[in-house]
Amino acid sequence: MKDYVEKLLSGDRRSAARLITLIENDAPEKQALLHRLYPHTGRAHVVGVTGSPGAGKSSLVDALTGQIRNEGLKVGIIAVDPTSPFSGGALLGDRIRMQEHTTDRGVFIRSMGTRGCLGGLAQATRDAVKVLDAYGCDVILVETVGVGQSELDIMHHADTTLVVLNPGAGDHIQTIKAGIMEIADIFVINKADLDGVEKLVRDIRAMLDSSPRAGDWRPPVLTTSTLDGRGIPELWATIKTHREKIFNNGTRSAVKRKRIQRELTEILQRRINRLITQGLDAGGRFEPVLEEILARRMDPYRAADEIIKQSWKGELSDE
Amino acid sequence: MSRKIRVLVAKPGLDGHDRGARVIARGLRDAGMEVIYTGLHQTPEQVVEAAIQEDVDVIGLSILSGAHMTLFPRICELLKENNAEDIMVVGGGTIPEDEIKALKEGGWAKELFTPGTPLEKIVEWIQENVRV
Repeated sequence: MKDYVEKLLSGDRRSAARLITLIENDAPEKQALLHRLYPHTGRAHVVGVTGSPGAGKSSLVDALTGQIRNEGLKVGIIAVDPTSPFSGGALLGDRIRMQEHTTDRGVFIRSMGTRGCLGGLAQATRDAVKVLDAYGCDVILVETVGVGQSELDIMHHADTTLVVLNPGAGDHIQTIKAGIMEIADIFVINKADLDGVEKLVRDIRAMLDSSPRAGDWRPPVLTTSTLDGRGIPELWATIKTHREKIFNNGTRSAVKRKRIQRELTEILQRRINRLITQGLDAGGRFEPVLEEILARRMDPYRAADEIIKQSWKGELSDE
Repeated sequence: MSRKIRVLVAKPGLDGHDRGARVIARGLRDAGMEVIYTGLHQTPEQVVEAAIQEDVDVIGLSILSGAHMTLFPRICELLKENNAEDIMVVGGGTIPEDEIKALKEGGWAKELFTPGTPLEKIVEWIQENVRV
């Protein structure tokens, strides 16, 4: 059991796969394993690929992987698909578009179900990235589920976020809406073999003109087609330029710091959540309070104050 | 801790008829499993490599081409080479009775389901045989 980490560090892919499973399942040994992994992480460049269902994210990841492999770099892919809220099952089909790389030992592909997470990724995605990072992947491509306009978790995980769009998908108002259009480091107009590409490029550029981003990176608008491979070398070159830029102008460390703060916040929130749930469940230490509220002897706000006083000596009080 | 059964549904070889495989994939999904579907025309090497990377409990092979006596043993052999023989191999398709017997006795397949097998039976078998 313990040597999964050692074997992973020496490049064993079964251990990589098993570690991701243990993390996904929230196994009891998860924390100890991540503790040992952590010093070996932080080197890979994480590229997020997001966009609506059918935008061509998987095909783009496939094409991009081929391009990156030309330079001999090791690629990790995490492809997320939705878990059914009804059955808890999932059909993970992103690999269908990536078959060419299955037997390439320089590529590791892992499919994940969202398992109840709503931001376009799974809760375990961040830690799965760490596993592939420690495994020695130079570039990790994280493909989100097909998103709508506001599943934006990827922006907190990726060093470079690609927003994949298609021509013919709505008028220019779509390009000025808040949400997904604001998180792109690079816009990729995929399926550029279809009509309407120039118009979409124009609309996005106009949007960028009218609401410029803070900082000195203006998101480039690229066009690609995975049918004939056009635009793919340019896309990889642009990702590398973005990488250099954030390395050189110091934003990278600021972003990393923010990301770590967010991760730690989430971990604390999850734990405190669990304590609250357990405390209020039948037999829990806070359960008697429910009776008090039910009998109108106490109101929910006062009850919350009481619980916080009992548990954290008031530091987390609302006021 | 929340363990989910992961199954790779694969179509190795040359036959291009994946309706059955897709019905099975959806059935397993509806039973709460995570199903990785890799599409048509997989080589045994691709099947085994995908199963390893996805860390599945079960590989379900759909074979309608008649090549089952070659494909099952080859896939088991590759699993062994990769120290992954703990991954269970089951299958479905048009396989004659005597060859079902041969495949099971040879240890090339844990269980085989022929056309007409109710979905529930396959789901039940997997749930019973995967140690959760």
